[in-house]
Amino acid sequence: MISNPRPESAKKAAVSPAPGRRKFLNGIAAAAGTGCLLNLAALMLARPAAANPPQALRPPGALDEPGFLAACLRCGLCVRGCPYNTLKLAPFGGAAVAGTPVFTARDVPCEMCEDIPCVKACPSGALKHELKDIGEARMGLAVLSDHETCLNFLGLRCDVCYRVCPVIDKAMTLESMHNPRSDRHAMLLPTVHSAYCTGCGKCEKSCVLPVAAIKVMPIKLVQGQLPAHYRKGWEEKEKHGSSLIGDQVQMPVRGMEDKAFGDSRLNDTGKVGSAPGGLNSGWKP
Amino acid sequence: MKLAQEAIDKKGWLGAHRWLILRRISQLTVLVLFLSGPWFGLWLAKGNLASSVFLDVLPLTDPYVFLQTLAAGFLPASSALIGAGMVVAFYFLIGGRVYCAWVCPVNVITDLAAWARRRLGIKGGRVPDAHSRYWILGGSLLVAAWSGSLVWEWVNPVTIIQRSLIFGLGGSLTVVLAIFAYDFLVASRGWCGHLCPQGALYGLLGDVALWRVSAARRAQCNDCMDCFTVCPEPQVIRPALKKAGQESPLILDRNCTACGRCIDVCGKQVFTFTHRFDQRSDS
Ligand code: SF4
Ligand code: SF4
Ligand code: SF4
Ligand code: SF4
Ligand code: SF4
Repeated sequence: MISNPRPESAKKAAVSPAPGRRKFLNGIAAAAGTGCLLNLAALMLARPAAANPPQALRPPGALDEPGFLAACLRCGLCVRGCPYNTLKLAPFGGAAVAGTPVFTARDVPCEMCEDIPCVKACPSGALKHELKDIGEARMGLAVLSDHETCLNFLGLRCDVCYRVCPVIDKAMTLESMHNPRSDRHAMLLPTVHSAYCTGCGKCEKSCVLPVAAIKVMPIKLVQGQLPAHYRKGWEEKEKHGSSLIGDQVQMPVRGMEDKAFGDSRLNDTGKVGSAPGGLNSGWKP
Repeated sequence: MKLAQEAIDKKGWLGAHRWLILRRISQLTVLVLFLSGPWFGLWLAKGNLASSVFLDVLPLTDPYVFLQTLAAGFLPASSALIGAGMVVAFYFLIGGRVYCAWVCPVNVITDLAAWARRRLGIKGGRVPDAHSRYWILGGSLLVAAWSGSLVWEWVNPVTIIQRSLIFGLGGSLTVVLAIFAYDFLVASRGWCGHLCPQGALYGLLGDVALWRVSAARRAQCNDCMDCFTVCPEPQVIRPALKKAGQESPLILDRNCTACGRCIDVCGKQVFTFTHRFDQRSDS
C-alpha cells in the first residue's frame, strides 16, 4: 500500500545533514571516488604491463626488476649518457614499461664502456652506482637458443658470436665435440658461461643468421637453478682430495662380462676396446 | 562585447596577450633546452622534466615523481635528492603552480581546449569535484606504497607527454587527444583544474610562495567577468577581487597558476603581478 510519503521524507531530512553539509560530503565522496577510480585504473594497467618482453634488456647495473620499477624516474639521463645510442626509453603503449630504459640486443647491443657513463648519469640509483667494473654487469644472459640453425652446431666454423664476445674465452667458449654426422670432424659449440656473461648482446647482434640462433634475455627468464642441497660429486671430490665415500666396488655388468665398464654402446664387432669414440672410458660411479 | 575587447582597444593586441605570449615562450624554451642537444648537439639540459641535469652540473628532479619513488620504498641517490630539493625550493619561493602556467606542456593542450570550448560556446558537461586532484595525489602515493612501483607513472599524462616530446617517442598522441577531448567535451578545465595530481602537489608546495597576482585596482572593476572567463582556476579570483572572506587584494589561493591572463584581459588594469607582502589596493 502506498502511504503518504511526506512523513517519511520529513524524518529523513531530520537525520540527514543540512543541505550545505550534504553537498560538501557528496563533494568529498565524489572526489574520493574519482581518486580511487583513476588509481585503480592505473593499477590495472600497470599490473599486466609490469612484465617486460623477453627481448627488452635493462642497462648495466639495473636493480632487479621490482626494485627498478620503484626507483627509475623515467628521466632518460642514462639514454642521453650512452654514446652508442644503445638505450631507449620505452614508448607509451609499447610492450615494455613506458618511460623506462631498455635496449634490444639485436638492434644496438651494449658496448660495455669501461667508464659506464649510463650508470654515472643515473640520478636515482636505479642503475647501481656501485657498479664500477662493466665486466660485473648482468644485463641478461646469452642462450644459444637454436641448436638446429646455429652454424657451428651444423658442423661449420662460423664462430662469429664467440669472436665478438667482449669477454671471449670466459663468457663464451667453443667446446669441441665429436661430429656424429660426418664421424670424422669436430663440432665447436659456442657455450655461454653465466659466471662471466654480462648480457651485452654483442653475440646476438652479430649472429650471421637472418634470425639469431643465440639470444640474450633477462637472467630470470633463462637461467635454471639447482636445488640448494645439490652437491656435485666431482667438485666435492676435488675439494676433499679424494672420494668422500671411499673407493667404489667394481660391479660386473651382467651379460656384458669382458666388455666395457658401464658402457653398453658397442661397435659392430662386439669386441672390447675396438669401438671408436672412447669406449671403455673407465667411467665408474 | 567580445572577450577582452576593452583591453585590446586600450593596450593593443600584443598588450592584451603579453603574459600569454611570454608563457608560451617560456614553455617552448624549456622544451628547446632539452631538444637543442639531440637536434643541434648543443647540450643545455639532459634528461626530461622528471629529472634532468642543466649544463652538466645542476640536477633537477620533479618532486611528484620523487615522492612516488619514496612512497614505493626507494630512497633515491643524492643527485635526485638534491635535484628535488632545488625544484621544491624554487617553487616554494616563487609559486607552486607557476610550473603549470610557465613550464608544463600539457597546459598548452588544456588552454587550447578551453579556448575551443569558449569559441564554440560549448557549455555543460560533467565536471569532477576540484578536490579530486588531492585524492588522486594521495591515492597515487598509496598505490605506489602498496605495489612498490610507480604505478601512476604508467598513466601520468604529464610525464608521458613531456617525455614523448623530448625523446621523440610515439604512442603519446592518444594521451594528448584524450586530455584535449576530456577538457573540450566532458569537463571545462577538467584535467588541470580538477584532476591533475602533479599540479595539485605543485599547488601545495607553493602555498605561501612570494610571486602573487594582486587585484590592486579592484575598485575599477566593472564586472565584465572577462577574468573569470579566462582564468583556469576562476574560484581563486573572487576573494581578492570582491573581498570575499579577505581584505587583502592578493590572490592567495594556492591554485592560482600565475599565468597572468587576468592581467592581460582586464580593460581596467585591475590586476598586476606583485609579491606576497604588497597589500596596496585602491579599496
Ligand atoms: S655501458 Fe656504454 S654502451 Fe652499454 S649501455 Fe652503458 S653507455 Fe651504453
Ligand atoms: S637514468 Fe636512471 S632513473 Fe633515469 S631513466 Fe635511466 S635508469 Fe631510470
Ligand atoms: S652477451 Fe654474448 S657477447 Fe656479451 S658477454 Fe654474453 S656471451 Fe659475450
Ligand atoms: S595541472 Fe598538471 S597538467 Fe596541468 S599544467 Fe599543471 S602540472 Fe601540467
Ligand atoms: S587568477 Fe589570474 S594569474 Fe591566477 S590563474 Fe587566474 S588568470 Fe591566471
